[in-house]
Amino acid sequence: MSPETAVAWHRKDLLGIAELDPDEIRLILDTAESFREIAERPIKKVPTLRGKTVINLFFEASTRTRSSFEIAEKWLSADSINFSSSSSALSKGETLIDTALNLQAMAPDLVVVRHEHPGVPHMLAKRLKAGVINAGDGAHEHPTQALLDAFTIRRRKGRIDGLKVAIVGDIEHSRVVRSNIHLLTKLGAEVRVAGPRTMMPVEVEKLGVVVAPTLEAALEDVDVVMMLRIQLERQSRQRLPSVKEYFQLYGLTARQLARAKEDVIVMHPGPMNRGVEISSEVADGPFSVILEQVEAGVAVRMAVLYLLVGARDGEAEA
Amino acid sequence: MQAELIPKSTLLDAAQMARVIRRMAGEVVERDGTNDLVLVGIRTRGVPLAKRMAEAIEQLEGVQVPLGILDITLYRDDLSTIAPQPVVKETKLPGDIEGRLVVLCDDVLYTGRTVRAAIDALLDYGRPRAVRLAVLIDRGHRELPVQADTVGRVVPTSRREVVEVRFPETDEVEDEDVRLMTRKEAS
Repeated sequence: MSPETAVAWHRKDLLGIAELDPDEIRLILDTAESFREIAERPIKKVPTLRGKTVINLFFEASTRTRSSFEIAEKWLSADSINFSSSSSALSKGETLIDTALNLQAMAPDLVVVRHEHPGVPHMLAKRLKAGVINAGDGAHEHPTQALLDAFTIRRRKGRIDGLKVAIVGDIEHSRVVRSNIHLLTKLGAEVRVAGPRTMMPVEVEKLGVVVAPTLEAALEDVDVVMMLRIQLERQSRQRLPSVKEYFQLYGLTARQLARAKEDVIVMHPGPMNRGVEISSEVADGPFSVILEQVEAGVAVRMAVLYLLVGARDGEAEA
Repeated sequence: MQAELIPKSTLLDAAQMARVIRRMAGEVVERDGTNDLVLVGIRTRGVPLAKRMAEAIEQLEGVQVPLGILDITLYRDDLSTIAPQPVVKETKLPGDIEGRLVVLCDDVLYTGRTVRAAIDALLDYGRPRAVRLAVLIDRGHRELPVQADTVGRVVPTSRREVVEVRFPETDEVEDEDVRLMTRKEAS
């Protein structure tokens, strides 16, 4: 048996990065590497998940993640159905448990779920025979985002171990950060976070990261910069004096970026607020890998769908 | 419970294998020439076989034939019955296969299911002029109507037996060989 087959995937669900061990993370990334090629084919479809049903259950608006999952499902020939909160009973007062029971009755193989409350995917995972993929639960986790970020870093840098990574922005309200911190530290990267005090969770150091006092300090000599979206629409409690001030203190400009390594890469999970957390000059500049991240998303999600369906079928056999 | 495999006999040693592969290469060229020819190895051990056939063709004809690698994992018909999922590896074809003559190479032809998957996989990349099949060993027991165009050796086997082809690139051996193994139920 070759070394790369030594690890196997046994989980029914992908709920977060926190519970994965480094070998499981590497297995997903290696598998995604092989799926990347499908995007370059004239016919972008393989029959792998033919006859499997995937339900995309989005209680919270999402364009990018949902379409990325949908493309991944279609390229693998799965049948997919979308439920989103605006267009279904999800907004008509049904309880989550009733929703789960109804889903179960449709006998899906996988359920991809996004919800504003942390833990919803976990609850569904317990109730459903189907495998559950967390596509973002509140400010908790967004595992496929962290996986696609890691995939992008690995393709560019050849490794994750030993890299210096700065994550800048609203650390407290970001599920992207939490999943990324778990993943990057598990694979041996050195992670620094920076952001306004009002957006910095207490005891964030316990996750194994260093809090940089300023953007400048965070950027010093880093290999990777991840800028986070400032959720302007959710700034009800006024955590920011003004957008302009935020840009002055934490916005990534070419001048600031000069503090990082010469071959730094700049990432953003999207959607970007140009002129708030990142300048157009950087977003469209030579160091930006933002569109590569989107591309990686489909490959990583195909890998996750593939591995989870396998684990589920294996269970049914046993 | 994993049955233990014990070697029963050596079907081909390295020198015999080289001779057989040279003959297979000759047959391919005789039938189809080298124009538009592409050799595609089916992972895992079809890959070193295709490489050796290409080397033999180069010696015979002085022509370098393009080589490709096909991973059929995504096309298997038994994904729901084998767990955990097999590792998916990359497919690498040498450019466009549209209108070309593709020879699929595999080490052992058994049920024919791998070949079915390989043809499906290949056709997703384009429409070759023709697809041929070259196998080192044909051991019988077909479950699908599949036949090879070029065969190294026909070996009658029982289902309890396993034909094991080993290459230095894929297995921990110094010289390639083909062995017939038989299952010994662990007591």
